[in-house]
Amino acid sequence: MADTIEVEGKQLAVDEEGYLANLNDWIPGVADVMAKQDNLELTDEHWDIINFLREYYEEYQIAPAVRVLTKAVGKKLGKEKGNSKYLYSLFPYGPAKQACRFAGLPKPTGCV
Amino acid sequence: MGILHTVNKSPFERNSLESCLAFATEGASVLLFEDGVYAALSGTRAEAKVAGALDKLKIYVLGPDLKARGFSEARLIAGISVVDYAGFVDLAAESDKVQAWL
Amino acid sequence: MSEVVKKFMYLNRKAPYGTIYAWESLEVVLIGAAFDQDVAVMFIDDGVYQLTRGQDTKGIGMKNFSPTYRTLGDYEVKRVYVDRASLEARGLTQEDLVEIPWEDFETEEEIDNIVEVIDSDRVSELMNEADVVFSF
Repeated sequence: MADTIEVEGKQLAVDEEGYLANLNDWIPGVADVMAKQDNLELTDEHWDIINFLREYYEEYQIAPAVRVLTKAVGKKLGKEKGNSKYLYSLFPYGPAKQACRFAGLPKPTGCV
Repeated sequence: MGILHTVNKSPFERNSLESCLAFATEGASVLLFEDGVYAALSGTRAEAKVAGALDKLKIYVLGPDLKARGFSEARLIAGISVVDYAGFVDLAAESDKVQAWL
Repeated sequence: MSEVVKKFMYLNRKAPYGTIYAWESLEVVLIGAAFDQDVAVMFIDDGVYQLTRGQDTKGIGMKNFSPTYRTLGDYEVKRVYVDRASLEARGLTQEDLVEIPWEDFETEEEIDNIVEVIDSDRVSELMNEADVVFSF
């Protein structure tokens, strides 16, 4: 894994697992570049989750564990989206892990 | 300008402050930082001891550590001054020596 | 899920930032939440300082984890206790502490603040009732 990713002409540092080293480096283009690396095309549904994670982190200073994410998404974006099947369909490498990476957040505490 | 004593432990958990206040002599300065800042707050079980020491000692508290712990200057025992990091350095530079109470 | 639900208590006695105990404890509580146990988080002695409002760590270059306590409800912690005598010895009241909301997503039962200030006798009682006490 490279130590940096290139986003909109800028080299941004990432850790050995591909998470952004500096939270403040994040711009939406980061998610696009990371998604491309994972062979994913980001849709509005992906962005709903990415934005949700960023808001959650902003408020609580942690990335939520999967079960917390699932419940919170269900509450915020509708019951039909509050299940891990839906979230895994969007983020096959694990909703918390992969979506947090796209959102520029650290790996979630107690993540799956 | 005398000795600068530094205390970075909570007065409720260690006796660092108590010993410092017992051994520090007239004219010395005491800087409270890290968990030591809790000793600077008014209304605590340690207040009488700290306030009593202000007769012979100058007491300072490190502002960034106070703020980090959720307290403003308004909560301090009267007579204690707030310094920032640069102020801490100045105090150390002006003093004959720095004595840490760990 | 699990056969026997045990009563876990996380006992917090250290102030935040000066040592790593407070953050370690919080992380363990968050990770432990996945195990469907009955969890109580107790703050006594300098541990009560973990919950003070208005913490701002920009000046000391450390992560401010005080907002994270407000997620404990999301992590199915329904019992958070603070020892009254410890608060009083430090010139603090419940007003100085953050509020932690709790909500059951299925029943939509809501509690505005699960932080409960209790007397020392009750603290002892809860310690005795716990099957396991994790100390920080």
